[in-house]
Amino acid sequence: MAAPAIEIENLSKEYPHGFLNLKKKRSLENLSMQVYTGEVFGFLGPNGAGKSTTIKLLMRLIFPTSGTARILGRSIDDVSMHRDIGYLPEQPYFYDYLTAAELLDYFARFHGLTASDRRERVQRALKKVGLETAKKIQLRKYSKGMLQRAGLAQAILHGPQVVVLDEPMSGLDPLGRREVRDIILELKKDGRTVLFSTHILSDAEMLCDRVGVIVGGKLRGVGTPGEMVGIQTQGMEILFELNGSANKFALLDKATKTGERYRVQLPEAELYPALDQLQAAGARILSVAQLKPTLEDFFMNLVDSDRAQSSAVEVSAT
Amino acid sequence: MRNVWVVATNTFREAVRDRVLYNLVVFALLMMGAAIIVGQISIGIEQSVIVSLGLTAISVIGIFIAVFIGVGLVSKEIDKRTLYALLAKPVQRWQFLLGKYGGLAMTLTVNTAAMAVGLYAAMWTVKHPLDPSAWYVLVAVYLILLKLTLIVALAMLFSCFTTPFLAILFTVGIYIAGVFAVDLRALQGIGLNPATMKFIRGFSYLLPNFDNFNVMGLVAHGRAVPASLVWQDTLYTLVYAAIVLAAAAMVFSRRNLK
Repeated sequence: MAAPAIEIENLSKEYPHGFLNLKKKRSLENLSMQVYTGEVFGFLGPNGAGKSTTIKLLMRLIFPTSGTARILGRSIDDVSMHRDIGYLPEQPYFYDYLTAAELLDYFARFHGLTASDRRERVQRALKKVGLETAKKIQLRKYSKGMLQRAGLAQAILHGPQVVVLDEPMSGLDPLGRREVRDIILELKKDGRTVLFSTHILSDAEMLCDRVGVIVGGKLRGVGTPGEMVGIQTQGMEILFELNGSANKFALLDKATKTGERYRVQLPEAELYPALDQLQAAGARILSVAQLKPTLEDFFMNLVDSDRAQSSAVEVSAT
Repeated sequence: MRNVWVVATNTFREAVRDRVLYNLVVFALLMMGAAIIVGQISIGIEQSVIVSLGLTAISVIGIFIAVFIGVGLVSKEIDKRTLYALLAKPVQRWQFLLGKYGGLAMTLTVNTAAMAVGLYAAMWTVKHPLDPSAWYVLVAVYLILLKLTLIVALAMLFSCFTTPFLAILFTVGIYIAGVFAVDLRALQGIGLNPATMKFIRGFSYLLPNFDNFNVMGLVAHGRAVPASLVWQDTLYTLVYAAIVLAAAAMVFSRRNLK
């Protein structure tokens, strides 16, 4: 197993709130996890789950109430560590008065690069995110998607070892999302470590070596997308068509019709009797497939159980 | 110091592109108008009137920029979240703060220098050749610039821990109190008990003494500004601004950027 690039130990964050800030709201609770060198790690959770809080803690934009974290073996308090990190904030916004090329040059200067090196890297990064033709336009005229691309460019500009992206697909059209996916895969190919947060589960399933699911400030599980959803089937699905003269039969009551096609879901044990019925009725079987839970099912189950728990606590409190 | 310089030059660029220097047009119009009117009605004291008017305008416009842009330097970056990507670079928060301060100080220096040129042009219009004492005006302009850099430091300190509105209120409040700091120290015989008097006097020494930067009366009447005052004010500004900025850096270094 590769060495961890990001190590988080018992990280918690509480925010004061209420009158005089006397009450505490816990946004993150004892989060411990590791992201290994060279992997793409997806941080999943609904809005307000604690994904951005975790990322902001790693980027020292906010400070933990307790716990520690290290990136590339160095404490997150060590500013020099940021030479090897790229970060895309959620819904990024940059200086209105700069062009994309000026913005990237500005950020590149903090990395101590020479003028010619900066020029070359800025060109390369702009090309990679598809902003080459818009590089001389001031950012105030950029759309949300273009700002997202500019944000991605500044995150990868200096060739960081670890890239942290907060909702990188947000605000992008399907083409833009595909380009971001390609960039993430390219980063992985180059041996970089990528941690990105998202609530778009298909992106996570497609890109991630491992995912971590966070709900209500608590990490609910870490594993490969396959491990997270389990390998057991949830039943079978049969897709079939009937000719016009077919008689009614029991299975038809359970089926849903879409156009000319029928779809029926049933337990695995009932598959063969169902196929017999279809054969007897002269149905044309189009497909028989195993029903597996998706990451989305897993995710929704967690969110639902979390909501059920919260309401149970509220009911018992009243 | 490279990081501080990078932030400072970008802040200067922001001020220029946000048309902060457009105030110079207002100043130029004011000076032109004043030169025409004063030339007709202030026989014998034209230079004195122009100097008073010009220095007041330089000071008021400068204070306006120092307070409003000074407060916005940090709060705007937090509100718009432009700071997030920047702080993920190898940049210390104090470097960001000092860079922002340096950038606005650069802007104010260019702005004040341009206004000083305008003032000299107006002085030359009403009376030429200029009196030798006219060069004392430069010293007065320098002291105004020192005052402005001190105001920026205060504006930044307040904006590090409170809302922009309150930061403006606090900065203006401290400025007004600082103008009267000397009067507060001399306060006596107004029926207050000795403990209160002691507190007010002690507090007045904590306030920045802005009265020390006002030499308009001297230079308007062609009198030299003592060199000792210039040195003292320079040193005072350096030390006071350093303390205020250090406090701002301490507050800002632990601030959660939600």
